[in-house]
Amino acid sequence: MYRYDEFDASFVTQRTEQFKDQVRRRLAGELSEDEFKPLRLMNGLYLQLHAYMLRVAIPYGTLNGRQMRKLAHIARTYDKGYGHFTTRQNIQFNWPKLEDTPKILEELAEVEMHAIQTSGNCIRNVTADHFAGAAADEIADPRPYAEILRQWSSLHPEFSFLPRKFKIAITGAPHDRAAVQVHDIGLQLTRNEAGEIGFEVFVGGGLGRTPMIGRKVREFLPEEDLLAYSEAILRVYNRYGRRDNKYKARIKILVHETGLEDLKADIEAEFEKIRFGVLLLPEEEVRRIEAYFAPPPLEVRAETSAAVDARRKSDAAFAQFVAHNLNPHRVPGYTSVTLSMKPIGGIPGDASDAQMDVIADLAEQFGHDEIRISHEQNVILPHVKLDDLPALFDRLVAAGIAEGNAGLITDIIACPGMDYCALATARSIPVAQRISERFGTPERQAEIGELKIKISGCINACGHHHVGHIGILGLEKKGEEFYQVTLGGSANENASIGEIIGRGFSSEEVVDAIEKLVDTYLGLRQTNEETFLEAYRRVGEAPFKEALYGVDA
Amino acid sequence: MKVITANRLLDGDVVWLGAGNAWVERITMAEVFEGKDAVAGALATGAAAEKNQEVVGVYDTDVTLENGVITPKRLREKIRAAGPTTHPNLGKQAQAVSA
Repeated sequence: MYRYDEFDASFVTQRTEQFKDQVRRRLAGELSEDEFKPLRLMNGLYLQLHAYMLRVAIPYGTLNGRQMRKLAHIARTYDKGYGHFTTRQNIQFNWPKLEDTPKILEELAEVEMHAIQTSGNCIRNVTADHFAGAAADEIADPRPYAEILRQWSSLHPEFSFLPRKFKIAITGAPHDRAAVQVHDIGLQLTRNEAGEIGFEVFVGGGLGRTPMIGRKVREFLPEEDLLAYSEAILRVYNRYGRRDNKYKARIKILVHETGLEDLKADIEAEFEKIRFGVLLLPEEEVRRIEAYFAPPPLEVRAETSAAVDARRKSDAAFAQFVAHNLNPHRVPGYTSVTLSMKPIGGIPGDASDAQMDVIADLAEQFGHDEIRISHEQNVILPHVKLDDLPALFDRLVAAGIAEGNAGLITDIIACPGMDYCALATARSIPVAQRISERFGTPERQAEIGELKIKISGCINACGHHHVGHIGILGLEKKGEEFYQVTLGGSANENASIGEIIGRGFSSEEVVDAIEKLVDTYLGLRQTNEETFLEAYRRVGEAPFKEALYGVDA
Repeated sequence: MKVITANRLLDGDVVWLGAGNAWVERITMAEVFEGKDAVAGALATGAAAEKNQEVVGVYDTDVTLENGVITPKRLREKIRAAGPTTHPNLGKQAQAVSA
């Protein structure tokens, strides 16, 4: 994985020192909250309902055992024994004290981590496919490009005060697992006819109060133009993006209001001015960064494992785990394993300090010391020998992270919601927990098959509800929690925004409503292989609407 | 009927304006204000405390008395007064048991 060079190291250290002094001045009364707030936000420190919250960047979701152990240590020492993995592949600590945060940042810097640009109107942590560097269907590892974008965007002087935040996602596989089409810039690695690597570029995707699918602005952007073209997009956005209305300030609104063709022309014109300048990406520099992400040496092994087959026959939980939590690896005999942070009835994305320590140990023992965080709030060991799965599974069972539910109905994305978040209008986590309990038996989950439920506790859509096969949005109505349901969303290469199906539901009603939708799907699917989303796209909303509201609805 | 609430600067903990303009950690110990003038006066006290680096984000919120106990009207404020509903062992609700 990427190692800090001297510039990175001194930059992060300097920044930590700066923040330490800013906190000191705040506590001494030299800075007011109005003065301090933008400074703390630049370092990922929010004030939530109960306490401060520190959001730590996990660049493109990649970390190693030593870093995970440090996160465990921070959870144990400065927080309340747990952390929360987010839909931006970051981790949030919910209870740090202000006076401890400089020390936390110092500790993070020891393992090449920080909280820079996890907040504020800047280019945020670049996210990537969580199976990057391992997936069988991958064209190339997207992380070297994510790292190049990280270096370019870190404290970019021109883009530190954008109209609004800016999110970039990149995937190296044709099957998009990084939701690139709902990001401000989405990059899809591809090859041209000559076999050269480049990018399909999408601009103006996003969720929030105005969900939009990104529009394609380039079929093939050559590798060497990645930074110049990104800079051109950002310059156009920085110049023309709205600053008069926070809710209309994202680039998606600019795309919508300007029109794709005009905006494309603006971007191309800017690009032509700078394309052969300092931002031209030298081939040798790309290869140099790529070397940091060189895959571990994996010898080709048998494609199947007798140990796995034997255990599968005798252990239903293991069989379920193997059926759902493995992703095909490019090297025969290996697999990428999803460690579910979604125990039945548990809190999506939460991991205890002890669990984080176990994950670090397991990564070192079974996974070439590589760990990934997915935007679906799970943890991945990308390079595991098939033969090691039984032993790994036993350790996961002991740690309470062995649920074989990846991609199933209980693998729910949920934002922190009103249990923590100052912006929330309703709770998300308790709804996720109740749905998880309702559908939690292995048989029922397996019968239902792939179904992505995503829950947000406010219109800002951190829980990605717009792109849930079933999306749930928590609102407040007459002082009560109230949940709006959308159907048919998807965040993959065939991205779509879910449609509101009808009037919303009270907290008491919402889980029953979800069950009616699921039962309706089970009743109308043509085969067991037809997923909820496929069935919905085939039949439309009518049968689901009827199930929820009756024929006269 | 209102109480004045904020987060404490140092640790972010939820606090309410109590007797003698002290910031208290339990809503049950908060001072209740009735009438526009009383609330405005209390908010001014809060603003001064904010300036004095004690608390952050002062605002007023509606409460009722349920069997004599100060109870916030809004769910958000109920959760602030107790802690995450998902973690009964964390936040003020946990301290209440041991206190």
